[in-house]
Amino acid sequence: MLVYVVKRFFMTILVLLLVITFLSLLVHIVPGDPASAILGPRATPALIQKVRSAMDLDKPFYYQVGNMVLNLLHGSLGTDIITGQPISRFVFSVLPHTLILAITSLSLAVLIGIPMGVFSATHPDSWMDHLMAIISISFTTIPSYVAGLFLLLIFAVQLHTLPAMGLGKAGDTIDYIRHLILPSIALAITWIGYLARLVRTSLLEVLNEPYVRTSRSEGLSEGLIRYKYALKNALIPTIAVLGVGLGSLMGGAVFIEIIFSRPGMGLLIYNAIQIRNYPMVRSGVLIVSFLFILTNFIADLIYTFLDPRIQLNKGQS
Amino acid sequence: MQYIEKPVHPFNRILDHVPILGDVIRQPLGAIGFIIVLAFIICVIFAPLIAPYDYSRQDIPNRLAGPSAQYWLGTDHIGRDIFSRLVYGSRIAFGTALPSVAIALTIGTLLGLIAGYLGNKVDNIIVVLMDSLQAFPSIMLSLAILALLGPSLVNVIIVIGLTWMPNYARVIRAQTLSIREKTYIESERSIGATDGSILLSHILPNVIAPALLLAAMDLPWVITFEAGLSFLGMGVRPPTPSWGVILSDGYAHIFESQWPIIWSGVTLALTTLGFTLFGEALRDVLDPRVSGTRGL
Repeated sequence: MLVYVVKRFFMTILVLLLVITFLSLLVHIVPGDPASAILGPRATPALIQKVRSAMDLDKPFYYQVGNMVLNLLHGSLGTDIITGQPISRFVFSVLPHTLILAITSLSLAVLIGIPMGVFSATHPDSWMDHLMAIISISFTTIPSYVAGLFLLLIFAVQLHTLPAMGLGKAGDTIDYIRHLILPSIALAITWIGYLARLVRTSLLEVLNEPYVRTSRSEGLSEGLIRYKYALKNALIPTIAVLGVGLGSLMGGAVFIEIIFSRPGMGLLIYNAIQIRNYPMVRSGVLIVSFLFILTNFIADLIYTFLDPRIQLNKGQS
Repeated sequence: MQYIEKPVHPFNRILDHVPILGDVIRQPLGAIGFIIVLAFIICVIFAPLIAPYDYSRQDIPNRLAGPSAQYWLGTDHIGRDIFSRLVYGSRIAFGTALPSVAIALTIGTLLGLIAGYLGNKVDNIIVVLMDSLQAFPSIMLSLAILALLGPSLVNVIIVIGLTWMPNYARVIRAQTLSIREKTYIESERSIGATDGSILLSHILPNVIAPALLLAAMDLPWVITFEAGLSFLGMGVRPPTPSWGVILSDGYAHIFESQWPIIWSGVTLALTTLGFTLFGEALRDVLDPRVSGTRGL
């Protein structure tokens, strides 16, 4: 077990280094000079040179990667070339809002999706099961930005019941929560459908296992078998997926943050792209990817812990 | 007593002659999916015949109009017919999704074959590279690349192809690993077949089916992904009628008219639903062992 954890840890570090390398390399692979792209056609050569050296573009490639890693180890993301402020200040002022959005959405998906799946699996082929199937398939196929726009249209534009823009008044928790409702539902919809289907399949699978039949033959109550013994095993794949979920919800938050003008990593990266502030884009993408890798790693560990059979299979592949 | 043949509905007789498609349509959800996919493909092929107006024809006096006999689904902020734009938009959706999935499939298959067949160091390197490509949330990777390349249709196709490629490499690699050790591969090798010919004529035909199925299942996701990028202004540029562009134009005028958002949103959701239902029915027919879950 420990060997697997250590191995997985080093793999994670390696992937992280490759991600940093890739993001630094990107500037070089792609045609065109990012410094002149930032400054526009009227920039003087001297100014372009200045920005190039601020971005480390005049240094060799390995220097850039090394510098970025060293900076990261010191908790720095470098300096913003436009404002001269540390990039980390921008990133960490909006990161909590994206995390709160992603975690709220994931909690919504768990609270709604899992009961839907359990209900379907315990009433297979009933009309409710078919209804749930149609709802969950439709939910998984609605893109989050379409869901966001529809919610905005219904609750903010037509009914005026919920606020749609921004974070709410500073320091007002109730207002913050009210501003969180629509974005988090929009982001959660795909995952509600996905979890409902996943839980239904895995619970049905477990309910057909021999040990469930044995428990039935021993006269244990159906409720005890379903909710205590079967559900526990059926939820293992779901937990593995939740780690991926948190990461992918942080990525999906880009759309939602833009639609609802909600400060966060997505909006930060999007705005930086608009003014071609590439170092800012790179740092934003790096932080989101870092969290994505981290949640995957943690989910993997929890998964191995819950189901020790996994590591053997994983170790081989 | 004379044997009376059970009456067979003529439709079922036709279905018997179409091997895979027939089985897909026999499932109710598969049939719904098939109808939507068919409607989509008809729009792609016959767009100029179906659309009543040109997608860029402006009728400023009737801007942001609701549905009417003249404009079935209403008009957008500069008086362009929404229905015509959506019909032409199917061409953009299809024209982006198909080549980008093809790129992902081709490069992924190639890397997967090499990794699975050669094994050892090459395999490790390819696996780590694929892992790190997948370490980015796909939208983030695309935005990082498009921020540098600039928005355009071709760039979107390249970016989507690159982002989706690791999935195919994984599937093909896993399949190749299991087939590599089979006796018939070993006997091929013993009679002096080169690695290239073993890979192309013996391994590839045996591993490609799951990757093709994955490609069919990926099409709707790629369509929504393209629309999403275009919605952000990072994909297809206006006035090209991408569904994402129509949605984004609608968002800019959300307080004046809801119709552009409603129709383009419904079109996107229905298309994704249709392709997904069709793809899942197809998978159930081709591989009955797997039941209704979609891998990530």
